[in-house]
Amino acid sequence: MTNEALQNLISTWIPELEFTEEKSQFLNITVQPEQLHQLMTQLKSNSETNFDYLFCLTGVDWGAALGVVYHLESTTHRHQLVVKVKTEDRENPTFDTVCDIWYTAEFHEREVFDFFGVKFTNHPNLKRLFLTEEWDGYPLRKDYVDEINMVIK
Amino acid sequence: MGVNNTPEIPADFPGKVIPAGNGANVIVTSLDQIINWGRSNSLWSLYFGTSCCAIEMMQTGAARHDYSRFGFEVARPSPRQADLIIIAGTIVNKMAPVLRRLYDQMAEPKYVIAMGACAISGGPFYYNSYSVVKGADHVIPVDVYVPGCPPRPEALLEGMLMLQAKIRTESMKNKVFPIDGFDEGL
Repeated sequence: MTNEALQNLISTWIPELEFTEEKSQFLNITVQPEQLHQLMTQLKSNSETNFDYLFCLTGVDWGAALGVVYHLESTTHRHQLVVKVKTEDRENPTFDTVCDIWYTAEFHEREVFDFFGVKFTNHPNLKRLFLTEEWDGYPLRKDYVDEINMVIK
Repeated sequence: MGVNNTPEIPADFPGKVIPAGNGANVIVTSLDQIINWGRSNSLWSLYFGTSCCAIEMMQTGAARHDYSRFGFEVARPSPRQADLIIIAGTIVNKMAPVLRRLYDQMAEPKYVIAMGACAISGGPFYYNSYSVVKGADHVIPVDVYVPGCPPRPEALLEGMLMLQAKIRTESMKNKVFPIDGFDEGL
């Protein structure tokens, strides 16, 4: 399916989605956190889209907003898609987990939780992955402060 | 007691007296030379590569550059059998205690080459990094620094030959335990 056809199809499911191409090869969708899980479920289960492969899950700190970027691919149709979700809430950023849809997301979401402090509801085992349990703060956030180890430029 | 460096020369002594230092030095310096020759020409390095510099280190050991020509005969997987650590790569805070333990497990005499920008100063990770040690010499004492990102095999070979040259200047008398007086610069 082409990016255009994907956009036409997906925009009929949920009205307030935001589509961009942003000079990338992928079609980018920005979705509200409340609709994330619904959209993702539909993207996988719909036989026309059938995104059965989550090949990348990334945490991003845009400065004001925190978010997660999902790269999806369909191994049957061979089309790809990027889904972005963001929130302004830096104190307690929370999204729904997608690890019930793609099992691989379990570790990726733990990593995002580890470095960005993004919480995923319904995640079976949300705890730190790389850093030590007693680590204070989330080091990949733009406003992370560590006066001992970091030399700020 | 001990050696008298200004002996009285008998008036009827037939020959010429050439002043010498402590006679023992003749033996010790000769021994030093033999030991240093052996040590500098048989430096077995530890398999220790934490990032891309390790690829360049492997290349230095492989057929084209072949560091065993200079006596770095083989790399050893155990610190007990190694004389040299080539720190080939970034040292992060999680790795630092491991590096220190490996160094402590090595038998004397032991030497360290810091290879590449990361091992020297943290390199590209010096600024704004929460995890990278800003130079492996905060963890263990380093003998030779080889700059580059990563250094070419020729540069590493040059550093290794410099280490050999350094070893050849050692003497048993002045040998110090490298960790004594080591300043971690914290």
